[in-house]
Amino acid sequence: MFRNNYDNDSVTFSPQGRIFQVEYAQEAVKQGSVVVGLVSKTHVVLTALKRNAEELSSYQKKVVGVDDHLGVALAGLASDARVLSNFMKQQSLASKLSYGRPIPIERIVNMIGDRAQTSTQHYGKRPYGVGLLVAGVDDLGPHLFEFSPSGMTQEMLACAIGARSQMARTYLERHLDKFADCSRDELIKHGLLALKESLAQDKELTVDNTSLAVIGLAEKDGRKKLEKFKLFDGQDVGPLLEANVETSGGGEGDAMETDS
Amino acid sequence: MNHYPQAWGRPRDDVYGAYDHSYLQSAQPKTHTQSPAVTGTSVLGVKFKDGVVIAADNLASYGSLARFTDVKRIRTFPPNTVVGFGGDVSDMQYLDRLLQSLDIRENYLSSTDHVLNAKNLHTYLSKIMYRRRSDFNPLWNMLLVAGLDDEDKPFLASADLLGTTFSSPTLATGFGAHLAQPLLRRLMPNDEASVKDVTQEQAINAVKECMKVLFYRDARSMDKYSIAVITKDGVDLKEDEKLENQSWAFADQIRGYGTQVN
Repeated sequence: MFRNNYDNDSVTFSPQGRIFQVEYAQEAVKQGSVVVGLVSKTHVVLTALKRNAEELSSYQKKVVGVDDHLGVALAGLASDARVLSNFMKQQSLASKLSYGRPIPIERIVNMIGDRAQTSTQHYGKRPYGVGLLVAGVDDLGPHLFEFSPSGMTQEMLACAIGARSQMARTYLERHLDKFADCSRDELIKHGLLALKESLAQDKELTVDNTSLAVIGLAEKDGRKKLEKFKLFDGQDVGPLLEANVETSGGGEGDAMETDS
Repeated sequence: MNHYPQAWGRPRDDVYGAYDHSYLQSAQPKTHTQSPAVTGTSVLGVKFKDGVVIAADNLASYGSLARFTDVKRIRTFPPNTVVGFGGDVSDMQYLDRLLQSLDIRENYLSSTDHVLNAKNLHTYLSKIMYRRRSDFNPLWNMLLVAGLDDEDKPFLASADLLGTTFSSPTLATGFGAHLAQPLLRRLMPNDEASVKDVTQEQAINAVKECMKVLFYRDARSMDKYSIAVITKDGVDLKEDEKLENQSWAFADQIRGYGTQVN
């Protein structure tokens, strides 16, 4: 029944030097629907493909705003992501209350990294079954970090995680050198196109299944000013999809079908 | 049977003896520091167009005794902030240790150069002060925090033992609030709007002049002082300055206290 003897807990190495529970947790990330993130010199964009469990249910939440300057996109167990994002909200608020400073992105990413690492080293604990793309803007500019259940965190120029994310990553690799100098709108376009690459053959991006979030630095009176976290969800993504992604005609038609 | 309901359910006095209340309560309520012990007097701060000047003398008094004459009451916080402390010296040393550990923590946590500016530090210190007064155990200090804010503009603000905060282009704590602040305000006829017209030299001269006035009239002051100038380029802290060009000619005109009672 068991794949082997070394996967019952996360404190035991296999003879090959692997910790299977952590690897299984990383499998859970691959089961989640795809999320994409990318940065330019001025903005960071997250896009996500939402699934609905059944026709009657709503679509899952894939992008969570943590603070004005910080947001995460998740792939994997949504409830684990809620625990992590709540923790991030607390830490972010604590930094604002005690120092009047938005928490540096690297700092908060290290915090969740440390948290996730402890559950890979204690008997009876389970690693988080979720991968995150953490996007934010701080004094040093826009940042994108990848967080994985092992507790590993990395700063990325562009990243995609979740089911079928390899196609999105291929797109990102192909266009990587353009991202740095992209405008806000161009970056959104690349985000949506990368997401589209990873869709199954018969699927397309719609207002129902697409989430998009932007954070950036806007120029105002010669000074850099934070462009706050903005989530485009539901009808709000409509204009962005129309402007950036070709959809197979008849946008109005499928909104409501009537008997004829 | 005892018919008083307040006696029900409790050990009977006739069996166990009267209850000894001293087990329940100590004789006195818990008290904390109700007054400062070794104190520093005024701290002065003035903004100018590119930064802030801050000064305090080097004296720590024990009551009216000039106990320690080489106490540095102006402390720096990297990279570009200065805190001036009035009030209790041991509480100042405690706050200084807090700031040092905060600095170490900040440097440890980030590989890159995220810094706490003067504004961040003032927020932090004011929270500490308010927390301690809410514990009925205040840190007996008046602080001035000087430096630059997140837009590199001059920043000067105060926090006191009650956690009250105040900000103004010129600030003074303790005796200086009465003696020096009115003089310093002459530099800033239009408050914040005047800051851009004040040069570094003007600000330094005004502060030095006020330190002199304070030495003339504040019996807990001294003629040795520290002065720091904070600009974008960094902190220039001098800790062993001496008041110059003193003139005590006015002194024999003074009547009403001291040796000349009338």
